[in-house]
Amino acid sequence: MSTQAELDKVISSEYEAGFTTLVESDTLPPGLNEDVIRVISAKKGEPEWLLEWRLDAYRNWLEMAEPNWAHVTYPPVDLNAISYYSAPKSMEDRPQSLDEVDPELLDTYKKLGIPLHEQEMLAGVAVDAVFDSVSVGTTFKAKLAEAGVIFCSISEAVHEHPELVKKYLGSVVPKGDNFFAGLNSAVFTDGSFVYIPKGVRCPMELSTYFRINEANTGQFERTLIVADEGSYVSYLEGCTAPQRDENQLHAAVVELVALPGAEIKYSTVQNWYPGDKDGKGGIYNFVTKRGVAHDNAKISWTQVETGSAITWKYPSVVLRGDNSVGEFYSVALTRHAQQADTGTKMIHLGKNTRSTIVSKGISAGKSSNAYRGLVRMGPRAENARNFTQCDSLLLGDTCGAHTFPYIESKHPSATIEHEATTSKVSDDQLFLCRQRGIDPEKAISMIVNGFCKEVFKELPMEFAVEAGKLLEVSLEGAVG
Amino acid sequence: MLEIRDLHAAVAGEPILKGLNLTVNAGEVHAIMGPNGSGKSTLANVLAGKDNYEITGGDALFEGKSLADLEPEERAQLGLFLAFQYPVEIPGVSNMEFLKAALEATRKAQGKEEWDSVTLLRKARETCKQVDLDPQFLKRGVNEGFSGGEKKRNEIMQMLLMEPKLALLDETDSGLDIDALQTVARGVNSLRSPERGIVLVTHYQRLLDYIVPDFVHVLSNGQIIKSGGKELAHELEEHGYGWLTGDRNDGKDQSA
Ligand SMILES: Nc1ncnc2c1ncn2[C@@H]1O[C@H](COP(=O)(O)OP(=O)(O)OP(=O)(O)O)[C@@H](O)[C@H]1O
Ligand SMILES: [Mg+2]
Repeated sequence: MSTQAELDKVISSEYEAGFTTLVESDTLPPGLNEDVIRVISAKKGEPEWLLEWRLDAYRNWLEMAEPNWAHVTYPPVDLNAISYYSAPKSMEDRPQSLDEVDPELLDTYKKLGIPLHEQEMLAGVAVDAVFDSVSVGTTFKAKLAEAGVIFCSISEAVHEHPELVKKYLGSVVPKGDNFFAGLNSAVFTDGSFVYIPKGVRCPMELSTYFRINEANTGQFERTLIVADEGSYVSYLEGCTAPQRDENQLHAAVVELVALPGAEIKYSTVQNWYPGDKDGKGGIYNFVTKRGVAHDNAKISWTQVETGSAITWKYPSVVLRGDNSVGEFYSVALTRHAQQADTGTKMIHLGKNTRSTIVSKGISAGKSSNAYRGLVRMGPRAENARNFTQCDSLLLGDTCGAHTFPYIESKHPSATIEHEATTSKVSDDQLFLCRQRGIDPEKAISMIVNGFCKEVFKELPMEFAVEAGKLLEVSLEGAVG
Repeated sequence: MLEIRDLHAAVAGEPILKGLNLTVNAGEVHAIMGPNGSGKSTLANVLAGKDNYEITGGDALFEGKSLADLEPEERAQLGLFLAFQYPVEIPGVSNMEFLKAALEATRKAQGKEEWDSVTLLRKARETCKQVDLDPQFLKRGVNEGFSGGEKKRNEIMQMLLMEPKLALLDETDSGLDIDALQTVARGVNSLRSPERGIVLVTHYQRLLDYIVPDFVHVLSNGQIIKSGGKELAHELEEHGYGWLTGDRNDGKDQSA
């Protein structure tokens, strides 16, 4: 026990040092070790079991190596140069009005047609005086509470609904799943928690947008969504705000649990800062997203991604239950020097499971856009079916598109269909548009939007509109 | 309205038009005929400003402006319309969406009042009926999976909605059945007005029975080698192009 005591002493002294800094700026000095994790956990007032869970994840992570199989190249990320805890800026630190915000950022918002008060929120303006966000939040929460839906930050859930968090956290993406998920498990700071009770159809689409405190949750988000038997929820992640950070690592984990007969629809529109045209700056987006679908349950991922310098992301569905359904609809646009290695995994375990994959990759500039998809039919996956359609559209001659399909079938009755196409925006298409008076940028964006139609129609209405505009903005200057 | 003077043009570096002259005044309908490969589509593409179609000599003025100085969309915004010989498909972009973008761009540039969505939809539906296209076609992708004849009628539909000053129709009659031919002809005739010019490229006298031209020109080897009134088309029908190009084997009257 004396060793432990000594350890405690050492920790507490260092902890104090760390804490002092913390009080002054509310940001930990860069670097990662067990003490940092203890500080994070203490700062959040977490129960012992969660601290242990984090530490366990950390120790396990130390043994892991960063994956290097993806079709992306980047200089090694110095994980010790990152600060692992930074509290949201206080209202006084924030810009007091839009006049103080980077005009380029505002210009982007304007092009996206985001209303003024939303612009203020996205830009992190201290909005409480300007826009009564509290009341919006309250009416919204009351309506959900009536239905018995829990929607809060994961930190809050740890306190308010510990039994749910304890039961499901890490149940889909285990602590030791992969390098980045391991890191996230050790140091995650915040994220969303959703629970839909049995048989409840969530009365509205849940969007992180409403949760303003989410704006600064930073690099290690953790989201957990549990849909109890026979329930339904549609969840919208992300906003279209570009984040202007320098090469910043973003290693989120999203876990979805669809209990028997439940349906989860998870939509993402992601437009983080992709770096400039020479590839300087931008987010490294290394995200683990996975759902487990029990009997007769359905999980569908829809994503529209135009941001990040490097994307490494494979939203997956484990079709554990019989008759479960998994879907993946994706649009990934890369331009400049962006690199994306993205796709999905459909793991068919149950009988009569079905999965659909529709992936649309658009590459421009010097970017590289790879689809990587795994379809695995397990030994029990009788009559399982998969359909994969993978289309690439190239804008220009300097970009690249790659497709890496992996198929493993352990059941003879399983059927797997794969279709892949690569096309270019043809001169004739462009000429037809221009001959009708449409300028080339608008024409390209229209043609690209058309190419993505199958995916856009899976998005909730407002999101689809936003996604279309986002593509338009992202394509500006991509044609030449 | 359109004045082409000693026009030389090359396609991908290959000289195709070799000193072409043509004047189209407002209110006139001109038919251009000529053997395959003589340069009819090239002329249309040069006027509309397609990439790789380069003016190497002479000039083409539209309403006094040199077309060579204008981007394709600028020409369209000035009121130049080309109905394509082979309309291309744009998958996933609905006809309606496409029309909206086209009409917004051109009407604005021409200082015409903008149509709101309701007006646009109403007009588009009416125009569909006018060319015998089911209004359901407005929801389908531009030319996506359309039959040959449907594509041609779709071109006419666009033309009628856009109300161009100068319409170039490149073999819009090819591949149409008899009824469709009459429908298209009616559409084109409805556009005839003292303010507009129409240039029809065709291989068949038949179209000209329905759309009676003021002038007929024969294009051969990149030049207009003969011009005349509507009776010229009848003579061509009778004698073939060999009668003009001097290549007897081309003509039907080689036995004479
Ligand atoms: N990209 C190209 N490169 C080289 N030659 C070309 C190119 N495009 C067209 N041509 C040539 O230009 C000539 C004129 O073609 P054009 O399409 O204008 O003929 P046309 O009179 O419209 O014929 P048709 O009656 O068959 O439609 C043809 O010999 C054709 O092969
Ligand atoms: Mg032709």
